[in-house]
Amino acid sequence: MGYSAFSILGHALTANKHWQAAVGTPQMRTSYDAVIIGGGGHGLATAYYLAQQHGITNVAVLEAGWIGGGNTARNTTIVRSDYLLNSSFRLKDFALGLWADLSRDLNFNLMYEPRGYVDLAHSDGELEHFTLRANAMRLGGADAQILTGDALQERVPELDMASPKRFPIAGALVQEAGGVVRHDAVAWGFARKASQAGIHVFQNCPGTGIKVRDGKLQAIETPKGRIACDKALISVAGASTQVAALAGLELPLNSINVQAFVTEPVKPALDTVVNYNAGYSYVSQTSKGEFVLGGATDGYSSFARRGSFERIEDVLARALQMFPFLSRLRLMRHWSGTADIPMDGNAILGPTPVEGLMINAGWGYAGFKATPAIGHQMAELLATGQMPELLQPFAYERFALGAEQDDAGAGPYPWLH
Amino acid sequence: MLLIPCPFCGLREESEFTYGGPCRDLPAPDGQADAAAWSRALHMGQNPRGPLRELWYHTSGCEAWIEVTRDTDTHEFIQGSQT
Ligand SMILES: Cc1cc2nc3c(=O)[nH]c(=O)nc-3n(C[C@H](O)[C@H](O)[C@H](O)COP(=O)(O)OP(=O)(O)OC[C@H]3O[C@@H](n4cnc5c(N)ncnc54)[C@H](O)[C@@H]3O)c2cc1C
Ligand SMILES: [Zn+2]
Repeated sequence: MGYSAFSILGHALTANKHWQAAVGTPQMRTSYDAVIIGGGGHGLATAYYLAQQHGITNVAVLEAGWIGGGNTARNTTIVRSDYLLNSSFRLKDFALGLWADLSRDLNFNLMYEPRGYVDLAHSDGELEHFTLRANAMRLGGADAQILTGDALQERVPELDMASPKRFPIAGALVQEAGGVVRHDAVAWGFARKASQAGIHVFQNCPGTGIKVRDGKLQAIETPKGRIACDKALISVAGASTQVAALAGLELPLNSINVQAFVTEPVKPALDTVVNYNAGYSYVSQTSKGEFVLGGATDGYSSFARRGSFERIEDVLARALQMFPFLSRLRLMRHWSGTADIPMDGNAILGPTPVEGLMINAGWGYAGFKATPAIGHQMAELLATGQMPELLQPFAYERFALGAEQDDAGAGPYPWLH
Repeated sequence: MLLIPCPFCGLREESEFTYGGPCRDLPAPDGQADAAAWSRALHMGQNPRGPLRELWYHTSGCEAWIEVTRDTDTHEFIQGSQT
């Protein structure tokens, strides 16, 4: 049944006893047309678009934990497309277009709020670089503005631009179409629609083996049994290295811890997303009133999903440079996710050396915004066997070919991306 | 906060160090290794969930590059190696 004001009222009358589970508990088949390993936003979006765009529903999604337990619901929910490289920009801008209609398509309120993304520059040189980026975006057909001085202060009245700073604010790149999306709703919205279309979503069911013969995918093993298939997608974010290794595959990435925290809720004070670039600290306020804060990675290889105070202190210090009033708030919750960061900082997408086995990895701490675009494009790849044009620059082979897609220009040091 | 065992200074806080990343076993620069071997050495096989051999630079200390083995799952330092 669809979600609506009427269904809420109707269920209220029967004491909310008869809500149908959003994702059922299907019986596993011995074979599927395609298997998706990883039930995060990306994997579930791929399942949804396989059904919606290609009518392919004989599909299994394997999730090791629970829906929305991975980076999908650990991120700081920021969506934007303000990237310098054309390849990066186009993929994220395609996603930004999809977010706008998704709540209706999924019959699930994703709370997409295009409240603007304000990226602060701290020197004339940096502002010049941001201007280059804004111009590249405009050439690509997106809206981007450079604001300085009073215009920036007017756009973000709460921003402290006056007091002396170690890293003064020189200006900002503003993308008004950027904003936030409620992340757990994304996972559940896609999972529910995919399930309704007949796709099997298994929770607490990891892929434990990938059978390959003569370079070709044969089957995926799970605790519930072996699934014969000739197409599969690995989409497991922080666990990419370990799952790819099941197929004897090596990936050019490091897993690194990324933290986020929220303050206690207060009245609305900030209606946009602001990022401090000298070392990173991104701040937004949720609809509930909490301030959400995130920053750079912890800076060294880790699977611990447990961060150190070093980074918390660092992110908060930067946040206070922008918004001194935050010093009066207490932190309420804090968590981490394992970010899979490639040698050039950009995702690894498409076919692997194993025939039939596709990969979607390496999104690090920047992949939430791309969720619908990845689902759409990966579904096309799985359905047609053809590599979509938007994904081509991110092919697995690019590292061996020296065709890196390095937006930051940081080189093969994942902890610096 | 990691407490990193510097062989010269003892246990010191993470904030004194700069990360140098996982140790890479690069081929000898003698022109014998092919492009594929270089690409592999530069990009692959450095992401274990468990003990990892890695480099840290003691920036605000003795300014030495040190090699340690640390468990990436527990953040525990496994003593023994030094450069
Ligand atoms: C703290 C933090 C902040 C971030 N902030 C942002 C942001 O503001 N904007 C943005 O765009 N991006 C952000 N990101 C990045 C973004 O969250 C990720 O790039 C994105 O969520 C990854 O794709 P996913 O949703 O499919 O991953 P996940 O949700 O992690 O999905 C992968 C799933 O695979 C499962 N899995 C693992 N092993 C197996 C197995 N063997 N078999 C089956 N399943 C398995 C996991 O349990 C997990 O649920 C952030 C990340 C973090 C950690
Ligand atoms: Zn030392």
